[in-house]
Amino acid sequence: MSWVTKTLKSTLGRKLIMALTGLFLILFLTGHVAGNLQLFYNDGGEAFNIYAKFMTTNPVVKILSYLTYLSVIGHVIYSIGLSRLNQAARPVGYAVSGSSTNSSAASRNMGILGTIILLFLVGHMYSFWYQMHWGAIPTVTYEGETYKDLYSVVQIAFQQTWMVVLYVIAMGFLAFHLSHGFASAFQTLGWNHAKYSPAIRAVGLVYCIVVPILFAAMPVYIYFNS
Amino acid sequence: MKLTLKIWRQKNASDKGGFATYPVDHVSKDMSFLEMLDVLNEELTEKGEDPVHFDHDCREGICGTCSLVINGKPHGPLQTTTCQLHMRSFEDGQSITIEPWRAKAFPVVKDLVVDRYAFDRIIQAGGYVNINTGGVPDANEIPIPKTIADLAMDAAQCIGCGACVAACKNASAMLFTSAKVSQLALLPQGQVERKTRVEKMVAQMDAEGFGACTNTGACEAECPKGISLTNIARMNREYFSASLTSENV
Ligand code: HEM
Ligand code: SF4
Ligand code: FES
Repeated sequence: MSWVTKTLKSTLGRKLIMALTGLFLILFLTGHVAGNLQLFYNDGGEAFNIYAKFMTTNPVVKILSYLTYLSVIGHVIYSIGLSRLNQAARPVGYAVSGSSTNSSAASRNMGILGTIILLFLVGHMYSFWYQMHWGAIPTVTYEGETYKDLYSVVQIAFQQTWMVVLYVIAMGFLAFHLSHGFASAFQTLGWNHAKYSPAIRAVGLVYCIVVPILFAAMPVYIYFNS
Repeated sequence: MKLTLKIWRQKNASDKGGFATYPVDHVSKDMSFLEMLDVLNEELTEKGEDPVHFDHDCREGICGTCSLVINGKPHGPLQTTTCQLHMRSFEDGQSITIEPWRAKAFPVVKDLVVDRYAFDRIIQAGGYVNINTGGVPDANEIPIPKTIADLAMDAAQCIGCGACVAACKNASAMLFTSAKVSQLALLPQGQVERKTRVEKMVAQMDAEGFGACTNTGACEAECPKGISLTNIARMNREYFSASLTSENV
């Protein structure tokens, strides 16, 4: 085995992949939430549609989006491998569990939280990403240029109560995943330092509250404003 | 005190095992947890039954031999070793469930005794310094800053009990291994084998079948010696940088 595969097959190497892909997904979420804030403009969707076109055509964004797909796939595949390894490490469990006294519920259920996020992601990608790329969606024209009207697709989707409820709940799960994941990724990378760890934990706490709330606010806002 | 003990009984490694319930009476609040089990075992022996097997040695909290998951907590409700846990931490009439450490790498030998040689093999893989140390050196012959010496001493407090593995949902041995890596990586004497050591110890840890780390922090919370998670971060740094720069292709 070469030293590269040896490292990446070790428990530490596998965790390194989890942390790096997880952090990349956090970067992605940051960009995604910032861009989608344009849904709050009261401009009939012009800014959002122009942005959506840019995001599907710009070459730099293309590279970033491929990295994002790769990160999701890598994160999920490695999480399956690690979860199986971790379960195999304790074939016989305890009759009485005291785990609630020594660790957070989110940290103990990253796999379940992640699986729910994955199910949500599949549905979410189908509703918007697939429609934007290959679906038959209406077009609009701004200053002589034609744009796919993704804004109207979003508007229609979020007039359905169940969709709004689903999105809000899914963002709750994302918040819990990140409440542990954010700081955990830095610990995995070895970035545990008396000077910086408190700041990392604080940023992680703010991030896992603010970002899911902003995401959840979008369907709610559209639901009550259309 | 009167107590009801629900204890894991298992004849040998291949036996399936199961819980047996024992009422015990006349337990003093000042007894240690192990002394309470001694009382039970005397009664069992008098009745001609097989006493409950459990590990213990120093009974003063320094050797790391005692174990037991007590009501779901390794070494019981306090952050100490089972031998240093006293019955005043329990209430009269309480029911107490006692289980062995549970991990694939720690197979049950009998009842509550588990085989912890996996830890020894991790140490054998690299947790030592390969130089002839000779006689006791003069004080301060090798200058080591106090802050660094303190960190190394903190890591060296690990008594190898395995409570970290028992507490971890993944039965991971990262806290133990990282303490053993850290205590040598921090000191000048440990520099020669620094990179090879962490590579070999991590490889052995994985080969033993311990789980990976999810950073839940359960190990740190249950460790009787207060070994900190910063050691795991240090081991990760040591490992990743050794992977990139050691001569071991
Ligand atoms: C946008 C979505 C996601 C983000 C931002 C994200 C982020 C993270 C981060 C930062 C970590 C911490 C890594 C570490 O401890 O080193 C993590 C851990 C984890 N993630 Fe995700 N994740 C996402 C989606 C998913 C999905 C879809 C799954 C899976 C099915 C998943 C499963 C896991 C698991 C099982 C862990 C814990 C691994 C372990 O330490 O044992 N995540 N995630
Ligand atoms: S790190 Fe703590 S819990 Fe783990 S073996 Fe060492 S002393 Fe025991
Ligand atoms: S018997 Fe030695 S630490 Fe408990």
